[in-house]
Amino acid sequence: MRVLGISGLYHDSAAALVVDGVIAAAAQEERFTRRKHDADFPAKAVDYCLSVAGCGLDELDAVVFYDKPFVKFERLLETYLAVAPRGFNSFRMAMPLWLREKLFQKSILGKELRKIAPGFDVEKLLFTEHHLSHAASAFYPSPFDDAAVLTMDGVGEWATMTLAIGSGKDLKIHKELHFPHSLGLLYSAVTYYTGFKVNSGEYKVMGLAPYGEPRFAALMLDKLIDLKPDGSFHLDQSYFNYASGLTMTNERFAALFGQSVRQPEQLLTQFHMDMAASVQAVTEEIVLRLARSVRAETGQKNLCLAGGVALNCVANGKLLRENVFDNIWIQPAAGDAGGALGAALAGYHLYAGHERPPRSGNGDAMQGSYLGPSFSQAEIEAELTAAGARFETLDDAALIETTAQALADGKAVGWMQGRMEFGPRALGSRSILGDPRSPQMQKTLNLKVKYRESFRPFAPSVLREDVADWFEIDEDSPYMLLVADVQKGLRREMSEAEKALFGIDKLNVPRSTIPAVTHVDYSARIQTVHADTNPRYHALISRFKALTGCPVVVNTSFNVRGEPIVCSASDAFRCFMGSEIELLVVGNSVLRKEEQDPGLKLDYKESFELD
Amino acid sequence: MSFLREFFRFMAARKKFWLVPVLLISLLFGGLLVLTHGSAVAPFVYTLF
Repeated sequence: MRVLGISGLYHDSAAALVVDGVIAAAAQEERFTRRKHDADFPAKAVDYCLSVAGCGLDELDAVVFYDKPFVKFERLLETYLAVAPRGFNSFRMAMPLWLREKLFQKSILGKELRKIAPGFDVEKLLFTEHHLSHAASAFYPSPFDDAAVLTMDGVGEWATMTLAIGSGKDLKIHKELHFPHSLGLLYSAVTYYTGFKVNSGEYKVMGLAPYGEPRFAALMLDKLIDLKPDGSFHLDQSYFNYASGLTMTNERFAALFGQSVRQPEQLLTQFHMDMAASVQAVTEEIVLRLARSVRAETGQKNLCLAGGVALNCVANGKLLRENVFDNIWIQPAAGDAGGALGAALAGYHLYAGHERPPRSGNGDAMQGSYLGPSFSQAEIEAELTAAGARFETLDDAALIETTAQALADGKAVGWMQGRMEFGPRALGSRSILGDPRSPQMQKTLNLKVKYRESFRPFAPSVLREDVADWFEIDEDSPYMLLVADVQKGLRREMSEAEKALFGIDKLNVPRSTIPAVTHVDYSARIQTVHADTNPRYHALISRFKALTGCPVVVNTSFNVRGEPIVCSASDAFRCFMGSEIELLVVGNSVLRKEEQDPGLKLDYKESFELD
Repeated sequence: MSFLREFFRFMAARKKFWLVPVLLISLLFGGLLVLTHGSAVAPFVYTLF
C-alpha cells in the first residue's frame, strides 16, 4: 500500500511517501523552490516522492493532508465570537482569506493533485488532525512497541498539546490542551517581544537564554501562567493579543516586564537575554512537569516527542538528564513539515489498519532522516560541468583523505553526499564542516560563510563510540535534538575579565579544547554519527580523528543566512561560489575555490531575506 | 454543492449548528470585505489562520 502525506498551505510545505509501512521518501518544498518556509502546495516534493516510488499519483492508495481545515475554521469563528468586538481587525484580515481559499482546501488540493495526475480520484484525499499527524510522526518511526506520545506546538485545529498512547499499530489521543493556552505560543510571544520573527526566531531565543538570568520566570509563573502540578496550564489572555489581534503580546504584557517590544534594529540588552532565559526556564519546568505526570499516569517507560516545541533541544536535554522516562525518542522533523510524514503514517496504520513492519535491531525507522533526493555521480558531474565548475573526481579513499586533511588544515568544507535530510537540521548530507579545535572557526564560519552573527555556537558531529569521552552524555542523538555539556576535563575556566564580557564577545572566548562547538554555559547541541546510517560521514570523521585525535567536527547547515539548505549539486556550487567555503565535496567530486573561474563568483550575501 | 454537503456533514458531526448564525454574519461581513478590498493579506504573526 502506498500513502502520500502532505503538509503545508500555512507554512513549511512538505510531502512524504510511505510504502507498505516503510518511509520511502520525505522532503520539504523549500529545498526545491529555494524559498525558505515555502507554504505553497508542495508540487515538487510530491513529484520527488512519486519518482522514488516509480509510480503515478493516481496509482497511490491514499493521499492524506496533515490537518482539518473545517475544524480550524470552527476554532476561528468561535474565537472571534468569544472576543468580539475586540478581534475585528484580525477578523477583517482573516475572513477574506478563508472565504476565498482556505475554506475550500479540499477542492484546492484536489485541483493541485489533478494537475499532477488528471485522473486522480478526489475520494482518495483524506484529512487527519494536526496533532494526530505529529503524534503519528513521533510514534510509528520510533524504536518502541509501546510509548507515551507528547506533542506540543503553537496550535493545530484546537489542540496545542496532546498526550497520546501508542501500542503496536494503534495510537490514540487521550488528553488535549486547547487554544489559546499554548506553550508554543507563549514561547512565540516572548520571541515577538524580544524583537525576533515569530515562527523562525524561536531558536534565537533559545540560543540567547544562556546569556541571561531567569529573573522573570517567577513573574511569568505568577502573572501569565496558571501552571498546574500535572504540567497543564492556563495563559492569562489579558496579557496576550494573538487570539484577537495582529500582534502576539499587548501593552499590559509590556507594562508587566517594564519595556516595550524590541524593534528588530534595536540593540539587544541584558533585559532581552533575561527574558529569553526566563521563558526557557518556564518551558523546561512545564515540559518536566508534563513528562512526570505522563509517566505517573500511563506507566509507560518510553516517551516520543513531536511538534515545534520538541525542537527545543535544551529542554529535551534536561528531560533526558532528569531520567523521567527510560527512553526518549524525538521526531527529527518535529515541526509542521514532519506532519506530512505523520499524515502518511496515520493513513497507513490508523485508516487502513496495517501493522507496523518489523524493525531491524533497536534502531528507529527514520533511516537517519536521510529521506530526500540523492544524485548519481554522473548527474553530479553533468550539473557541475553545466555550471562551469572545475573539479576532479576521486575514489572513495582519496576523497575521505583529501577532505579530512582540508578540515585538519582549518578549511571550511562544503559537504554534499547521498540523500538529503528531512527536517530542519543538516546531519552530514548537506553540511558545512570545520575543525572544532580552531578558536577562529566559529568567527570564520559565521562571518565569511554563513553571513550572520549567532548567539549559539555551531553544533558538533561526534562519532557515536566517542561521544561519552567528549560530552556528558552516552546516548544516541543522531538528529541533533539533545543538548549536553562538554566533559569537564576539556573545559577551560573563564577569567573574571572574560566572565564580564557581553553577548557575542563572551561567545568568542575559547572555553574548551573544542571552542567552536562550546556554548557560554559549556553546553553543545550534539549529533552522534553512526556508521550504519551515514557510513561516508562516519569514515570522514574517523579519518579526521586519526589525523588530529579529535572525533568531532563542526557541522552547520549547507546554506547562507535566510537560504534553504542546498538540495542539488548546482545549489551547492552556487552557495560555494557565493560564500567563502574553501573546499566543496559533492559525491566523489572535489572543487577547490582557488581553481574556480573568478567570473563565476556570486554576490550571495543579499540574495536571501533574513529570517 | 459537494462543499456545502461536506460542510453540513461536518457541522452535524461536531454538533455545531449553533454556529450557523455566526457563520452567516461572517459570510456577510467577509463577502463585503472581499468585494470592497480586493486583496487579502495574511497577518504577519503566527499563522492562526
